[in-house]
Amino acid sequence: MLFAVLAGFIVSILYIPFGRFLKGKLAGLAALLPISLFAYFVSFIPAVSDGQRVTFHQPWVPSLGINFDFHLDGLSLLFSLLITGIGSLVFLYAAPYLRGHRYLDRFYAYLSLFMAAMLGVVLADNVLLLFIFWELTSISSFFLIGFNNDNAASRKSSLIALGVTGGGGFLLMAGLVLMGHLSGSYSIQAMVETNEYLKNHVLYGLILLLVFAGAFTKSAQFPFHFWLPGAMKAPTPISAYLHSATMVKAGVYLLARLYPVLGGTDYWTYPLIIIGGITMLYSAFHSIFRTDLKGILAYSTISALGILVFLIGIGTPQSLLAASVFILVHALYKASLFLITGVIDHETGTRDITQLAGLRKVLFPLAIAGLLAALSSAGLPFTFGFIGKDLVYEATLHTDGVMPIILTALAVVTNIFLLYAGLLAGLKPFTGQLPDRYQRIHLPSLLMWAPPLLLALLGIAFGAFPAIADASLLNPAASAMINKPIDTPLKIWHGFNLVLLLSGLTLALGAFLYLMRKPSASGLDWIERFNNLSPKHVISQLTHYVRHFAIRYTRTLHNGLLRVYLLRIVVFATLLLAFRLFAGGNIYLLPGYLTPLSVYEIAVVCILIAAIYLTVTSSSRLTVVVATSVIGYGMCLLFVFYSAPDLAMTQFTIDTLTVVLFVLVLFRLPPFLNFANRGARIRDWVVAATFGAIITLIGIQVLNQSFDDAVSKFYGDNAYILAKGKNVVNVILVDFRGMDTLFEIVVLSIAAIGVFSLLKLKLKASEKE
Amino acid sequence: MKSTILNTASSYLLPILLLFSIFILLRGHYHPGGGFVGGLIASIAFVLHSFTHGTDDTLKLLRIHPGVLIPVGLGLAVLSMFAPVLIGDPVMTGLWFDEPFPVIGLIGSALFFDIGVYIVVVGVVLTILFTISQYSE
Amino acid sequence: MELLLVILLGVLYAAGIFMLLRRSMVKLLIGLILLGNGANLMIFLAGGITRGKPPVIDDAAKLFTDIYADPIPQALILTAIVISFGLQAFAIVLLKRVYVLINSDDLDDLNTPEEEDI
Repeated sequence: MLFAVLAGFIVSILYIPFGRFLKGKLAGLAALLPISLFAYFVSFIPAVSDGQRVTFHQPWVPSLGINFDFHLDGLSLLFSLLITGIGSLVFLYAAPYLRGHRYLDRFYAYLSLFMAAMLGVVLADNVLLLFIFWELTSISSFFLIGFNNDNAASRKSSLIALGVTGGGGFLLMAGLVLMGHLSGSYSIQAMVETNEYLKNHVLYGLILLLVFAGAFTKSAQFPFHFWLPGAMKAPTPISAYLHSATMVKAGVYLLARLYPVLGGTDYWTYPLIIIGGITMLYSAFHSIFRTDLKGILAYSTISALGILVFLIGIGTPQSLLAASVFILVHALYKASLFLITGVIDHETGTRDITQLAGLRKVLFPLAIAGLLAALSSAGLPFTFGFIGKDLVYEATLHTDGVMPIILTALAVVTNIFLLYAGLLAGLKPFTGQLPDRYQRIHLPSLLMWAPPLLLALLGIAFGAFPAIADASLLNPAASAMINKPIDTPLKIWHGFNLVLLLSGLTLALGAFLYLMRKPSASGLDWIERFNNLSPKHVISQLTHYVRHFAIRYTRTLHNGLLRVYLLRIVVFATLLLAFRLFAGGNIYLLPGYLTPLSVYEIAVVCILIAAIYLTVTSSSRLTVVVATSVIGYGMCLLFVFYSAPDLAMTQFTIDTLTVVLFVLVLFRLPPFLNFANRGARIRDWVVAATFGAIITLIGIQVLNQSFDDAVSKFYGDNAYILAKGKNVVNVILVDFRGMDTLFEIVVLSIAAIGVFSLLKLKLKASEKE
Repeated sequence: MKSTILNTASSYLLPILLLFSIFILLRGHYHPGGGFVGGLIASIAFVLHSFTHGTDDTLKLLRIHPGVLIPVGLGLAVLSMFAPVLIGDPVMTGLWFDEPFPVIGLIGSALFFDIGVYIVVVGVVLTILFTISQYSE
Repeated sequence: MELLLVILLGVLYAAGIFMLLRRSMVKLLIGLILLGNGANLMIFLAGGITRGKPPVIDDAAKLFTDIYADPIPQALILTAIVISFGLQAFAIVLLKRVYVLINSDDLDDLNTPEEEDI
């Protein structure tokens, strides 16, 4: 199973050297990967429908609890089949759709990467592994959405998608780590065992918040939904794949997967019902005003995701079964509609619903596919959508208290809008009079019209014969969510009851809406007026303000004047040191400890202070150079007095060389200028003098500290015994701490190379300006 | 700088100072001195020469560009560090000949390390100063 | 004597900081040198000062028989002195280079507005 997950990664890497061979007519071969994976997962159906679970364990970083743990149950299998099955069709479809595209190899590489990451998400049992794959889907979808990277809008949408889903991913990671930490294991199956402990923990609310943040951003729930319509900038096969079966369903999958761990409490139920409810109604309502085919599909997708979150929130066995059915229903008809839209866009060059009509005459197989998909989305009897919708109503009706009325009403209204949107996308382009300009359109290659037709036919087949899928796939998926066996056969006919009545009502009202309302640009304009209130607008305004704040802040703090930076640093350091010093207690000096004064030393210190004074005040460069070298020689004398002959010698020679250096360079520079005014000088003096005083006080404090000479003693005692040397300083340099000395001479070499290259570097003409 | 006395003196000073610098280098393990100071004294010797005879003459005297000394010295230091590995000891173990050599005294890997430091210091200082003085001219 | 040296230390630091705050590049450099000396002195003082007892073992002995100056600060300062030479050389050359480029000794002239970057 590890190989099945990693195959996509391997293939996408192989595209780097070999991709260019697959650009031409062989491009369709790329579909071999998803097809073989699909076959591989199909082979698990018998075992999984018997209630078996396939697991795989491979240690990776055991010390951190990260392992390649995979777990295949009904839920994972349902998603795996969707990912690889719809993936196969999309891979095939994309070959003619993007024929001759410059980056076709890159496209397939991203797509393989994305598919592998999705498989990883739905198969991983270790939450940290799940998170890694989760982020990989965000990153690879970023590349897919921004595939048309020469288009600014496309780049922007992909950045927004990455920002929203990636940001949610961070929060999710925090939630997952918290879960793993509390339950003592990062394995989801192990967490299921300890779910009572997690649910009663103080941090349960926080965990839920973090996990919801991850799932809602990924699954485009209100108010994070805005990245999804933007993501329609991607080529249509990508939209079909990302929004029908994979990317956005990852959030739903996560909620379904974690239901047995976290679900079933009020804290779980109400947020999901509320957010899911808002999302499904809000975007279903929005979808009916769109005129762009992909826009309609985008909003109806968000709405469908809202329904799924809503169903998982209700959390009864019926609602979970309804969710798993609806996942399949929606994937089938939505992928089909997206692919149809792709063909229409490809052949006519427009996706504007007000322009398109009568295409059945030229694109007949697609018209059938569109009709079937629209019917399935509308939920007509004998389509799979009918079963799905029935189950949704069934689930909302069987809740407690006043909830059934509200929730059912919500579901009915949403479904009416969705039905309208489905008819608009699947039916409208094919009915009516064919405009003249589309007369010469002819049917594209088989690979482009067969996949949507196949998907639409599957929707009908599952609807007419629900026994194909229910026991083998959908019941195990729901039972994986609730963690106990479910065996509810799906039925086409429930008899005359309330659910049937509601279905009929939905159909009638939706059809009425479709017949009465014609899509128009004015409707779009009307809804656009509320744009200022949309979450997207609010967030973009917020980013705008943050950016302005950052610019102002930077301009104030980083004015580009070195001395101002230094001044701030010095003042801050002074305050910090002063605080530490005066908070630390009294400052005193032990008189008995001091070495006695001698005349020579006093003289040297006086000379030094005079030289420093000259250095600071003189305006003649010669004086300054001489005074600086006097300081150096004075230091050298101090080293002589206080038993440091090596230092004295080094200081002496270095000082001599420094003078040479100054003589070589400094006199070719201009004379000193006094730039600063009086006030600035006084300010600087105060700052500098305060800092000097603080340093003096610290020096005094340091003298008082009792000194631990264990290290010095070690070097002194062992210099001859271990290193056969008698000059301890030299022994430390070349033997005990030889590695440090080595790095020091490396640094010196770098300085020399720097000087050499700075001066030998020839100025370009443009730099002389 | 055209001073006859300095000119003549520096010709004699160069070998004397170089000899002195090597003396300082070799005694470093037992008395004040060592690779850093030795290298600096040697550089001063060459700088003094270049002051009187001009940088070009000094470079001619050196035959090689001082920059070449940097990798040579670094290489020697690193080799002396890794030499113990060849006989199975950890890196930077001090290796010593048992018998002292005449004049120099005991010879060990630390001495070669110090010689490496000496060469790097000469190379670095001369590279910096000669580059600057050539640029200024 | 320590008291005197501690005061000298403060003076070195104060002068160094003052020079760093100037607009002239050359003064900035001088400030760096002064601060370097100050830092060396600080390390030296922190190790405690001992008169006339260098950390060198007598020719005849194998171990120290008397008290001796702390060798660690000395080893630290020795490397610091040599490194600061490298730093000064690099800084001087950088300064020279900048002077050739913009023909000014004023650090503020380096400050080109970067409006278009924001």
